[in-house]
Amino acid sequence: MPDLTIKQEIDARGSACPGPLMELIRGLKSASVGEVVAVLSNDPGSNKDIPEWVQKIGYELVAAETTGNQTRFVVRKTK
Amino acid sequence: MHRIVILGAGVGGSVLANHLAEHLKEEIASGAVGITLLTDNPEHTYKPGFLYVAFGKDEARVFRRPVRELLNPLVTLETETVTGVDTKTRHVHTQSGRRFAFDQLVLATGARVLPQATPGLAERGNWFYTLEGALALRQKIDQIEGGRVVVSVIGIPHMCPVAPLEVTLILEDLLRLRGMREKVEILYTYPINRVHSIPSVAEWAAKEFESRGIRSETFFNADHVDPEKNVLASLEGTEIPFDLLIAIPEHRSASYLEDSGLAKGGWVATDRGTLAVNGQEGIWALGDTTDLPVSKAGSVAHYQAFVLARNVVCTFRGRKPAFQYDGKTMCFIETGLDSATFIEFSYLRPPRPQRPSKMIHWAKLVYNNTYWLNVRGVF
Repeated sequence: MPDLTIKQEIDARGSACPGPLMELIRGLKSASVGEVVAVLSNDPGSNKDIPEWVQKIGYELVAAETTGNQTRFVVRKTK
Repeated sequence: MHRIVILGAGVGGSVLANHLAEHLKEEIASGAVGITLLTDNPEHTYKPGFLYVAFGKDEARVFRRPVRELLNPLVTLETETVTGVDTKTRHVHTQSGRRFAFDQLVLATGARVLPQATPGLAERGNWFYTLEGALALRQKIDQIEGGRVVVSVIGIPHMCPVAPLEVTLILEDLLRLRGMREKVEILYTYPINRVHSIPSVAEWAAKEFESRGIRSETFFNADHVDPEKNVLASLEGTEIPFDLLIAIPEHRSASYLEDSGLAKGGWVATDRGTLAVNGQEGIWALGDTTDLPVSKAGSVAHYQAFVLARNVVCTFRGRKPAFQYDGKTMCFIETGLDSATFIEFSYLRPPRPQRPSKMIHWAKLVYNNTYWLNVRGVF
């Protein structure tokens, strides 16, 4: 089973679009290939922006866990 | 004496200092209150002027004034380079070894431009977010003879969020005027899936770009510049060769704020209404240095200064700081050499760009001059 140790946990709640995506990108920029970064967002725009960007760059969206009005996106840097 | 210390003499710090001096003139005269403004630069610069400098429309000196001339005489001005803030002993430390005690502290330190944060950018890129950068870009724009110009927004958030659109649209107009539009490809890149962070502005700008033959690439997060090959490479794997790269580099707040524990992730966590720094007593922030979901624009700092002056006065008088900033923002958007539009919005009311006109462009030029009254707190 792949390692799901979170390298960086980013709390971007309260940050408006595109803050959560930009914080995720910054976190993944400093991560090594194979590492996993998570971002917590309560901005509705993230539900579209983050999965779209992850698909565009070709990383892996490991999970998108929604609780109430916030979603935690877990992304693995694959290349 | 109740000591109010303001760090930074940009639009936020200056307007705030002038409003406070007006509110508290009797207390300052009696010695009950002191307002001290610290800045490392005795000259105030109207930063939107850099755009005009880059296109050779104005000289840099037009956009600069001595800070002292802009401040109410009741404000004490100290030219000092701040090195740190001790929130426990409530002192500001400076490079010269002086210490300034405060009862209330306001962080109006603005944003720094960090081209060095993107490998290769400082060697091969150009930008207009500093005076030196705008002057260097002016020479490059004068020399354009053909090829590809790339306007790339690298860091979000950055100062004046509409300026990348402005530089792109003015350049397009200028090249048309020079009769060389057909020889130059203009390509605009943006980190998210549209051409601006605000959806309504992005929708308007995308149509403007399309009608003027400006290409755009979204979800483009610049990773590095290859200075040998003149190539801009993205995290997403795209490589764009360029003849001229106009970049909007990464921005951050003052470095000593991170070291002092007041900023995290580049910006100061601030209450969106009262403008109090989260977790601090009697410490406030306004303008570009905050982490608020508003534009890093002069108008924001200006409107925030009205609110913050009242909250600082309330705190001095032992009352609850109850005044609230509502996210009010106003930005002109130059859409060419002689046309412009504007947007006005708040936390709850999104902007609706108006149809560009000469009249709005002239209003912007008038504002560029009346700014010097604005910053004095006249209106």
